[in-house]
Amino acid sequence: MTNLSNLGVTEILDGLNNKAFSAEELIVEYIKILKTKNKHNAYIHFNEEKSLNLAKESDARRAKNNSLALDGLPIAVKDIFCVKGEKTSACSKILENFVPNYESSVTSNLWKQGAIYLGKTSMDEFAMGSSNETSFFGKVMNPWSKDKQLVPGGSSGGSAAAVAANLAPIALGTDTGGSIRQPASFCGTIGLKPTYGRCSRWGIIAFASSLDQAGPITRSVKDSAQILQYMSGFDIKDSTSADIPVPNFIDACSSSIKDKIIGIPKEYKIDKLANDVQKIWELGIEWLQDSGAKVIDVNLPHTEYALPTYYIVAPAEASANLARYDGVKYGFRAESFDDLEDMYCSTRSEGFGEEVKRRILIGTYVLSAGYYDAYYLRAQKVRTKIVNDFNKAFNKCDAILTPTAPSGAFEIGANMSPIEMYMNDVFTVPASLAGLPAISVPGGFSDDKKPLGLQLIGKAFDEETILAFASVIENCSNFKNSIKDII
Amino acid sequence: MREPIILKGETGQWEMVIGLEIHAQVKCKSKLFSGSSTEFGAEPNTQVSFIDAAMPGMLPVINQEAVDQAIRTGHALNAKINNMSVFDRKNYFYPDLPQGYQISQYKSPIVGEGWLIIDLGKGETKKIGIERLHLEQDAGKLMHDQHPKYSLVDLNRSGIPLMEIVSKPDMRDWEEAGAYLRKLRSIVRYIDSCDGNMDQGSLRCDANISVRRPGEKFGTRCELKNINSVKFMMKAVEYEAYRQIEIIEAGNQVKQETRLYDPIKNETRSMRSKEEAHDYRYFPDPDLLPLYITDERINTFKKNLPELPDVKRDRFQKEYNLSFYDADVLTADKLHADFFESLAKGRDAKFVANWIITNFFAMLNEVDKSIEESPIKEEQLGELFDLINDGTISGRTAKEVFEEMFTNGGNASEIVEKKGLKQISNTDELEAMIQKIIEDNSQQVEKFRSGNEKLFGWFVGQVMKNTQGAANPKVVNEILKKSLKN
Amino acid sequence: MSLDKSTLEKVANLARIKVKESEIDPLINELNNIMSWVEKLNEVDIDNIEPMTGVSDAKLRERNDEVNDGGYQDKVVNNSPESISNSFSVPKVIE
Repeated sequence: MTNLSNLGVTEILDGLNNKAFSAEELIVEYIKILKTKNKHNAYIHFNEEKSLNLAKESDARRAKNNSLALDGLPIAVKDIFCVKGEKTSACSKILENFVPNYESSVTSNLWKQGAIYLGKTSMDEFAMGSSNETSFFGKVMNPWSKDKQLVPGGSSGGSAAAVAANLAPIALGTDTGGSIRQPASFCGTIGLKPTYGRCSRWGIIAFASSLDQAGPITRSVKDSAQILQYMSGFDIKDSTSADIPVPNFIDACSSSIKDKIIGIPKEYKIDKLANDVQKIWELGIEWLQDSGAKVIDVNLPHTEYALPTYYIVAPAEASANLARYDGVKYGFRAESFDDLEDMYCSTRSEGFGEEVKRRILIGTYVLSAGYYDAYYLRAQKVRTKIVNDFNKAFNKCDAILTPTAPSGAFEIGANMSPIEMYMNDVFTVPASLAGLPAISVPGGFSDDKKPLGLQLIGKAFDEETILAFASVIENCSNFKNSIKDII
Repeated sequence: MREPIILKGETGQWEMVIGLEIHAQVKCKSKLFSGSSTEFGAEPNTQVSFIDAAMPGMLPVINQEAVDQAIRTGHALNAKINNMSVFDRKNYFYPDLPQGYQISQYKSPIVGEGWLIIDLGKGETKKIGIERLHLEQDAGKLMHDQHPKYSLVDLNRSGIPLMEIVSKPDMRDWEEAGAYLRKLRSIVRYIDSCDGNMDQGSLRCDANISVRRPGEKFGTRCELKNINSVKFMMKAVEYEAYRQIEIIEAGNQVKQETRLYDPIKNETRSMRSKEEAHDYRYFPDPDLLPLYITDERINTFKKNLPELPDVKRDRFQKEYNLSFYDADVLTADKLHADFFESLAKGRDAKFVANWIITNFFAMLNEVDKSIEESPIKEEQLGELFDLINDGTISGRTAKEVFEEMFTNGGNASEIVEKKGLKQISNTDELEAMIQKIIEDNSQQVEKFRSGNEKLFGWFVGQVMKNTQGAANPKVVNEILKKSLKN
Repeated sequence: MSLDKSTLEKVANLARIKVKESEIDPLINELNNIMSWVEKLNEVDIDNIEPMTGVSDAKLRERNDEVNDGGYQDKVVNNSPESISNSFSVPKVIE
């Protein structure tokens, strides 16, 4: 029998339909791997009984020819999605032992298509981080680590590592400032952040409400398209969910990019851009050009302000979103305290990690009396300018190509200041601020043989175009085959 | 013109400056941002959704009816309805606030400036400005007396839609403030956007009050909370005004703070020591987009606005020829006005107005019941009026029948029948009786005819005695006048 | 604008986060580094620019006034660290 854990979405669904293997066999195989090979610490927990039961139900449906679109497909879920009956904590102590009595809309959409819950993956606490080192459940190791232990990126580091290490065919992530794309780049996987509003945020633990967006992490572009197809859709329960039809993303992967225009923003050629990253970027441009796309320069003049804007807006929203964790309704409550105020302070000080506390303090500060105009309001105005930049650029091009991150994965425990850490998101944050769809697709390797991703940014609600471009890069880079040479 | 009350201190005269913030619970079935019920008085936490409990990942979706009610109320307050408004988060920690922020409206409320007219007695009125009206979520409720160590949190009220209606500081004494609160309550009940029930907390009032030398600039104000009746609001304002005067006259300064009114002790006391630590950090709620209201929608509500108390009062005066006082009493509450109008149809309106004000409303008041709780329904009272009108019973008997109906139930005609209260209006019967009285009392007849007209009442008394009070006094009078002249 | 000790204390209190005395100075330092970095935004000309209010330009959707949620008090309180008679509990508050 083939190695089941190597299979992607299409292969799994074909295998199940052809009765090459059953959903139960597939789950049994994955559970076996999770039990023996979770050395990367990508998963924080899984539920063997639940997954097996779901697999049996799936097999029963298939036996009766009633199978659904994703029937039997195992999916790992970032610990930020509320999954009914499963501990959900956003990898924070403050939500320890919280078990939602409800299911997030995105996961619910997937289960409705017969997909099978495989387990919860690790992440930076409350999705705040770029290295997965802030998880309450410990650090996650990038499967590409060799002599030195590398971070998988973050915040969806567990999801990216799980997919890269064949511990799941697909994992769900969320992206606020790059949290799907940067770990996808670090782990050599595909990571797709859809347009803000494409996937419902209902049931996803909020970090920054105007930026958070769910998306898939997979080993192929088409797999991402296939999963996004069913994650997406209007949800009446999310006021920011877009009431527009979901196009056929799978078809989009094979559509031609001939005469499509790709924009290259010169502002992304920053000083700190490593030579090898620059080289992959140029390769990417060549591949698209060779496939018939027209390459033009575009200007995104406010790019350098995106990151500072993000580090005002996101913490501000987070400071309010995380106020509900107060030891009253769910999760952790401090052991000892004098009175109500002390209960609040002790619970939150003991329950939140350092980075989360730092961002809550920044967010509280930028909204506080006397500072609101200077920081928060100004940042929201700059954000408008960043959006305007993209609008202008997209008058001239169909998509924008950039590197996903300024470097490849770095070492676990690298002594970085918060700002150095934040710089990881310098290329991903602008699209987040503008709510635009973006995908990271492996472009090649760094000089020291770490995966490097290329990012395609699309127009709002035009995931189709970036899927088409990403498919071209996927084919040209030959990344999948070069994995063998490297490992 | 009525002059506002001026307070006399040790050092001279003081004027009050009062502004009111009313929290009116919007009348609708479900909460502002969730589908759980707004019903009053349910078991703790039974009317709580995951959204109301601020469970992780939950999101708000606004209730259209709450928006409509705010538009209606805005129109009724002659206010500008804003085409675009924004929901903001007001951040603070308290156990009754599960999100850690209240969704409210700060810089861009749904309704802007407006005004209403208050009535100050004797037809005197004053225009009071409305600063704004905005929509916001109510908080939950803390219960302190259920457990020795803990306060318990019930979130049934959490997320119920409120309209915060802020007046301008246009009121100058507690009478004006009382009139404002009564008028506002009347208006929201007219348009059915709030049931106005202050006992159940569906209408709550905070009063901002400061004192100043007449005509000078505003003093430092205090905000009074926990006011749950018009009477207490007026008392609280009075107490607080004197308290502030005392402070200033002693050479000290009033501290701007929130104070709690204690209706039992009739005093106000400082509420939160950490007042200065408040910094609500309002910012637009990113879970909600700006609320756009089209002109078309605004105008539709304007067109369909029901008749409001002032207009109705004027109409009642003209249409039914009522006094200002009667029209005012009848129109203060829409249900009262409707009750009157349906009874006045086809009847003598002045008689109906007079009767329901002096008897029916007085009785309701006595037993502390609202018109909805009245044991006597409209049709029943109408029947009673008709019995008076066609002479079946006398006005005095009617009161007796009314009391019987009110306490023991039943219809007027049945009670009249059962108790034999029908009055004798039969002319032949009464003429014969009177003829006999005249014959039997020739001396009295003589005295009357020679000028002692007071004796007329004696003859009436004789008839009443003979009929045990059942004779129709109008008919008796007529026959007696005729018979005694001869 | 530089963040000083009293501002930090005020902000920490607003956020209900305790900062140990020994952590104050390094934290001030770190936050000031971040804040002076974000002050790069002062270079941007924001005259006549509207602040972003929503990522999509869609209008707020309104739902019908229907009661279709709630009525599950056990599910509301069963994650609570300390629930008493179907209510959440907090150390006694004196109002």
